[in-house]
Amino acid sequence: MKEITYQKAINEAIDEEMKRDPSIFIIGEDIGKHWGGSLGELAGLFDKYGAERVRETPISETAILGGAIGAAATGMRPIAYLYFDDFLGVCGDELINQLQMKYMYGGKTKLPLTITAYIGAGLSAAHQHSKCLFGWLMNISGLKIVAPATAYDAKGLLKSAIREDNPVIFLEHKVLLLSRSTSQIPNEEYTIPLGKADIKRGGSEVTVVAIALMVHRALAAADKLQEKGISIEVIDPRTLVPLDKQAIIDSVKKTGRLVIMDEEPKTGSAAGEIAAIVAEEAFDFLDAPIKRVCAPDTPIPFSPVLEKFWMPDEEDLIKAINEIM
Amino acid sequence: MAIEKEKLIDMYRVMVRIRTFEDRVFKEFAAGNIPGFVHLYAGEEAIAAGACANLRPDDYITSTHRGHGHLIAKGGKTDRMMAELYGKKTGYNRGKGGSMHIAEVDIGILGADAIVAAGIPIAGGAALSAQMRGTDQVTLCFFGDGATNTTRFHEGVNLASIWKLPIVYVIENNVYAETTPVSYAMNIPNIADRAVAYGIPGKTVDGNDVLAVHEVVGEALARARKGEGPTLVECKTCRYYGHYEGDTQTYRTKQEFEECRKRDPIPRFRKKLIKMGVLTEKDADKINQEMLEELDKAVKFAEESPFPEPRETLEDVYT
Repeated sequence: MKEITYQKAINEAIDEEMKRDPSIFIIGEDIGKHWGGSLGELAGLFDKYGAERVRETPISETAILGGAIGAAATGMRPIAYLYFDDFLGVCGDELINQLQMKYMYGGKTKLPLTITAYIGAGLSAAHQHSKCLFGWLMNISGLKIVAPATAYDAKGLLKSAIREDNPVIFLEHKVLLLSRSTSQIPNEEYTIPLGKADIKRGGSEVTVVAIALMVHRALAAADKLQEKGISIEVIDPRTLVPLDKQAIIDSVKKTGRLVIMDEEPKTGSAAGEIAAIVAEEAFDFLDAPIKRVCAPDTPIPFSPVLEKFWMPDEEDLIKAINEIM
Repeated sequence: MAIEKEKLIDMYRVMVRIRTFEDRVFKEFAAGNIPGFVHLYAGEEAIAAGACANLRPDDYITSTHRGHGHLIAKGGKTDRMMAELYGKKTGYNRGKGGSMHIAEVDIGILGADAIVAAGIPIAGGAALSAQMRGTDQVTLCFFGDGATNTTRFHEGVNLASIWKLPIVYVIENNVYAETTPVSYAMNIPNIADRAVAYGIPGKTVDGNDVLAVHEVVGEALARARKGEGPTLVECKTCRYYGHYEGDTQTYRTKQEFEECRKRDPIPRFRKKLIKMGVLTEKDADKINQEMLEELDKAVKFAEESPFPEPRETLEDVYT
């Protein structure tokens, strides 16, 4: 085993995959030798694979994602580096109208491409650089969505995403990317299949489904609640599409209570979808109303004081849990 | 450069095939046999036929909402296209795409596309792929005048220019973007002039002269294949029908409409071929007749083909 940061995990996953498969290349802005990705997570790859495969573009989101689609349809396996998920609106047509090529063409083609993008608040980056667009993305058919919370998950899931023959968006939380904390990973190669949730902490009284950075806040809240004698099970879906419904339902069957912690405005959120699934498929096992701990339905504010208020935190989660105990 | 007789006849046949297909779609759509929207290519045949006659089977094209002509010129079969328009299982997309999304990647048709300018970055990706795979395949990217006013035109052409991608952009300037005349939508007389902004060649050509299109696109393709980068070719043409079937075309003057019909590229090419001694009147009539028969068969094939099973709705989202 070895210790690795979230950022290094992403770097290793791409490096190992590029070494394995010459049809893989990265296309995007500022990914070359100077920055190696805006947060440095691609450091060294340009020197190793050159300008041909670490292909720096002008600021051209539509040309990046559209180009990745055209290349994927004709035999390559691109990684479209879209920077912040907030920029996805610029190439919104590629996302909602073009990625569905396989379906529209009656199944005849495939699009083996991965989109990577930063997500999340916590850096006072304000509304245009802080969103988690989970619910928005989940509504787009034909796109798989990965949002890892740990270095271990990030590496194993990114390798699987790159190997997928379908479009996958891989969402990297900025707070995690900048974190120096590490997780243990095997020295040898491993992958994690998409669509498999991970029980980050076992418990018996409340199921908390938390996504990306919120996993860490849910774990911290679970520690505090443990001291008060409340047992929390924390489930990290890891991929929102496909969603491991069964893992969530199985947990709810055991605990009878569900709280979803999701860093995005409540309306139209991933949390809403998960709540609806459980209400539809496991209602009889619920002993209390489902709770959603989300952000308010507002844009994301800049000032640290306002941003802290906006982001769901441990206290919000503890309050929600107390309401249903 | 002299073009072989067979190739000239092929180009004529492709033009007639497109026109016959479109005239038949016009009729079947009016009769209520084709669901959805259709945008007819009639009047613009010289562009698809002239441009695609330069292509190899392994080259790529991207097309538009007005795409039937491009697909036929790249080798699409009229029966499977018609079946797709009818929403049948035997259609190119098994009834999942319809007129605006017909594709057959195996013969290089990367797809019609219902979003204006969407094919420009996708074509760039196909050209990049060819370049990275070390082949000499080229990509022909068709779009209309309206597309050149969008973000994607700028992003796509700019990127292709800096990477010298093997791509030729064919602008079909048919005077209107839906209802909006080009003269209103841009401040320049020739769209090809926009090439200057990217440091690439830009040529304007009579889009109703199939041999002129063939020659100019052919030169651009040869340049692309040699690794010298993209070219913008503007083909000036006009629409025989409306933007879509059902368009009342109140924005067109009678005079413009009549002048457009007078510029019809098919009788013009027919006369030329007869004058050149390539075809006789009888040969030309025979081609027209063959195409009518082919379309009768295509419609019959479409009509007699089964619809997809409703549950097929759920297939093909992922591999």
